Amino acid sequence: MTTAIRPAASDSWPVRWVLIVFAAVLATILFLLPLAAIVAEALRRGWEPALAAIVEEDSLSAMRLTLLVAAIAVPVNTIGGIAAAWAIAKCDFVGKRLLTTLIELPFSVSPVISGLVYVLLFGAQGYLGPWLQSHDIQIIFALPGLVLATIFVTFPFVARTLIPLMQEQGRDEEEAAVTLGATGWQTFRRVTLPNIKWALLAGILLCNARAMGEFGAVSVVSGHIRGQTNTMPLHIEILYNEYMFVGAFAVAALLALLGLLTLAIKTLLETLTDRRMGAHA
Amino acid sequence: MTVEIEGVMRHFGTAVALDSISLTLQQGEFAALLGPSGSGKTTLLRILAGLDFPDAGSVRIAGTDVAAVPARLRGVGVVFQHYALFRHMTVAENVAFGLRVRPRRHRPDNAEIDRRVQRLLELVQIPELAARYPQQVSGGQRQRVALARALAIEPQLLLLDEPFGALDALVRKDVRRWVRSLHDQLGITSILVTHDQEEAMEMADRVVVMDRGRIQQIGTPRALLDAPANPFVAGFVGDATRLEGQIRDGRLHFDGLPIDPIAAPGADGPVAIFVRRSDVVIERSGAASEGFHVALVRPSNDATHVVIRHGAIMLDGVLAETAAAVKRGDQCRVRIRRCAVFGATGDIIAVERARALVDRD
Repeated sequence: MTTAIRPAASDSWPVRWVLIVFAAVLATILFLLPLAAIVAEALRRGWEPALAAIVEEDSLSAMRLTLLVAAIAVPVNTIGGIAAAWAIAKCDFVGKRLLTTLIELPFSVSPVISGLVYVLLFGAQGYLGPWLQSHDIQIIFALPGLVLATIFVTFPFVARTLIPLMQEQGRDEEEAAVTLGATGWQTFRRVTLPNIKWALLAGILLCNARAMGEFGAVSVVSGHIRGQTNTMPLHIEILYNEYMFVGAFAVAALLALLGLLTLAIKTLLETLTDRRMGAHA
Repeated sequence: MTVEIEGVMRHFGTAVALDSISLTLQQGEFAALLGPSGSGKTTLLRILAGLDFPDAGSVRIAGTDVAAVPARLRGVGVVFQHYALFRHMTVAENVAFGLRVRPRRHRPDNAEIDRRVQRLLELVQIPELAARYPQQVSGGQRQRVALARALAIEPQLLLLDEPFGALDALVRKDVRRWVRSLHDQLGITSILVTHDQEEAMEMADRVVVMDRGRIQQIGTPRALLDAPANPFVAGFVGDATRLEGQIRDGRLHFDGLPIDPIAAPGADGPVAIFVRRSDVVIERSGAASEGFHVALVRPSNDATHVVIRHGAIMLDGVLAETAAAVKRGDQCRVRIRRCAVFGATGDIIAVERARALVDRD
């Protein structure tokens, strides 16, 4: 919602330039240099070793797993996030504050703790462990655990992006739709969804970026079984710890590329949205 | 379509929004719910639309109890305060919405929908705006879109929630008359919610004056002006100034004001007096006595509007037709042509006995 608003009082040009240079230097040191370093390290011995490290069996398996986990976690969080945002922004109910706080919980606790909670619940020594074992259900050290941990950590992204927008839009249009004869689903699909679609896409992309990159929570529940429960971030760590720097940085560069791609799509969407809103103003 | 509201109560937490509301509207009637903000008028409208629900009491629309009928099945047209147009749809799509969401077997085909939308846009006199988005049209045009959208579902009952609030004064007057004529043309029942008494008096067949969740009086605009039921109505309707006074020995005395006592029936005791501007006749007085003096003069077409003051009390009046012009600071005297008087306990006292309409001319 960044429309061009002229500042009430513009700073004098030296102040402005000092601030701009400061921000640029900071961004270079903190973001650009590390990114460049990853790529440089990956390509230190040329393209071939880097490429070989990526197409190696365990790396490919890690990529497949990462994409699979994201493919499950992101849709779940999209639906859950829309539902939570809808409830908070458009309905009145007892415990609304509590729900709002709960949604932020994954942001405020360390991901390692989220992972540990699942081990405590579903692990062999956990509360539900014996029951799960007797029914032959494997959650910890398996795909379900990875998905659960990822869902937990990335839940807030969609909800948090939507809530302020939906609150600002109010429920007038939905009420109008209902008085015109629309069912709940028609109201959602024809009125609510079109009004939030760009923010929703941005939320989904952020959620996806984090789902692919999540390390802490996933690390606790994964068990690090190569070729089976290793996601890309975990795989990078293993390679690094085994002094396989080229491999580690090659996979890291790929992961970073996925993140950058997500960010680029998000920025593009925001630009398009701004242009659309501008045309209507 | 008739509307029967009986004993409707609505609480928000501990606050009472609606307190035993009963009201019956006839087919084809144009009623206004008039009251200050917080009087419960919008809550009542939302209950009729099915967007809110009473804690007690019943609502019947066309004879059917609508307690269990959800908003989408009521077929009640609503024009919202800020129009609530669908911002991502064009004007035509907005108007078509109510037809497009119908179940398939009741839905007209696309050509028919287009025809009806075109007809509605012509009815509200904006056919040229069909392809625009709500952000691209003016406030008055948005209002017309909202009206066309509400009329698309062919409602027998139309609810208007402060529909003219966002329009500037000049446009408002035109739109008001136009909406009223549209109502007559369509033969529907309409309810207008407003805090603007001029609007209610001009548009409605009957006005329902509300305050703090209660109906204060129901009547034609004429009846409200001629016989306000209680001090609230007397003060809210018709630009009246409230003064304090006493009735002693069959005469009404104005507290702290140099106005001659006038004959008045009623029991002795303190009273509230409401005088309308047009009933306060002002003349210049020669003597520099303890009288009123002129605070403000505003010429207008019918009579010169004069604000006079005595100490801290300001009073609105008109210059006597035959009197010479006055200017700020002039000494003047006042004749009260007519006033409404209420016992000091206000609306709790039996109104018929406490009210004394005094004529002296």
